[in-house]
Amino acid sequence: MTATAAEATAAALALGDDALVLSHRLGEWAGHAPVLEEEVALANIALDLLGQARVLLSLAGDEDELAYLREERAFRNLQLVEQPNGDFAHTIARQLYFSVYQRLLYGELATGSGEFAPLAAKAVKEVAYHQDHAEQWTLRLGDGTEESHGRMGRACEALWKFTGEMFQPVPGLDLDWPALEASWLELVADVLERATLTVPSGPRTGAWTAGAGRQGVHTEPFGRMLAEMQHLHRSHPGASW
Amino acid sequence: MSGSTDWPLWEVFVRSRRGLSHTHAGSLHAPDAEMALRNARDLYTRRGEGVSLWVVPSSAVTASSPDEKDPFFEPSADKPYRHPTFYEIPDGVKHL
Repeated sequence: MTATAAEATAAALALGDDALVLSHRLGEWAGHAPVLEEEVALANIALDLLGQARVLLSLAGDEDELAYLREERAFRNLQLVEQPNGDFAHTIARQLYFSVYQRLLYGELATGSGEFAPLAAKAVKEVAYHQDHAEQWTLRLGDGTEESHGRMGRACEALWKFTGEMFQPVPGLDLDWPALEASWLELVADVLERATLTVPSGPRTGAWTAGAGRQGVHTEPFGRMLAEMQHLHRSHPGASW
Repeated sequence: MSGSTDWPLWEVFVRSRRGLSHTHAGSLHAPDAEMALRNARDLYTRRGEGVSLWVVPSSAVTASSPDEKDPFFEPSADKPYRHPTFYEIPDGVKHL
């Protein structure tokens, strides 16, 4: 199956928006991380994601226009990545869920011959590092003190309902989505178990779960995030920088 | 901020891709060796490929004392026969 041009653009937008929005969330940590070294690590991950977003959005159109002039309903990112940072455990749980997904996804795309293969081949190395970082912290927080164990457990639980959306097929990406989901569940369960955490048992898809970001329906905190991200560009439209 | 017992100091040694030996690059705080290695990669190598990293807890390093510099190093410096400076180095020998 070959993707039509419109499908390829939509797929680039979906993946690009994921990277852009999560990058912005991680950028909000600047100056607020628990230690200096972690500050650098989070900024590093944010920069990797922003790099991916730039390439992907450029495939779909003008990167600045797409980032700064679209309304909330036109964004195609997963609801998971727009979730607020919360405490450090929430940020790590979000990173764990998303980076495992991204690594599986890019791993598959890199082996194919589609138009995303070259990008995926580069990005998969970056996201392997992101996954490792999230895994390391999940283990330390989960298997740390009583307090950190509790926080990490609550964070994994709170974000669980956003994880089903990741495996809604994206038109233009010819992948075995159920197989991707099975690998994701296995990898995440393995990390959580090693971190002495319980794998959340709540629903991931269906009623009472979140997940229509790919259709442009977003959660309430996303509007505020966009307002901040787009403020300057909208105040001075057309300026070069 | 965590106490220094939770986040001890580590010394970082880097060997670049074409480098011959590990060179002391700096230090950082980390909760354990695995994290020290990852932080060192971010801080000192920018994840450049083909780089080797060593991290050592600062407490494991024993240093010579600056006060005893003279008695410690003098005796070997004033005996020229201790230094292999009287040999011609063949052209083929590199990295000496």
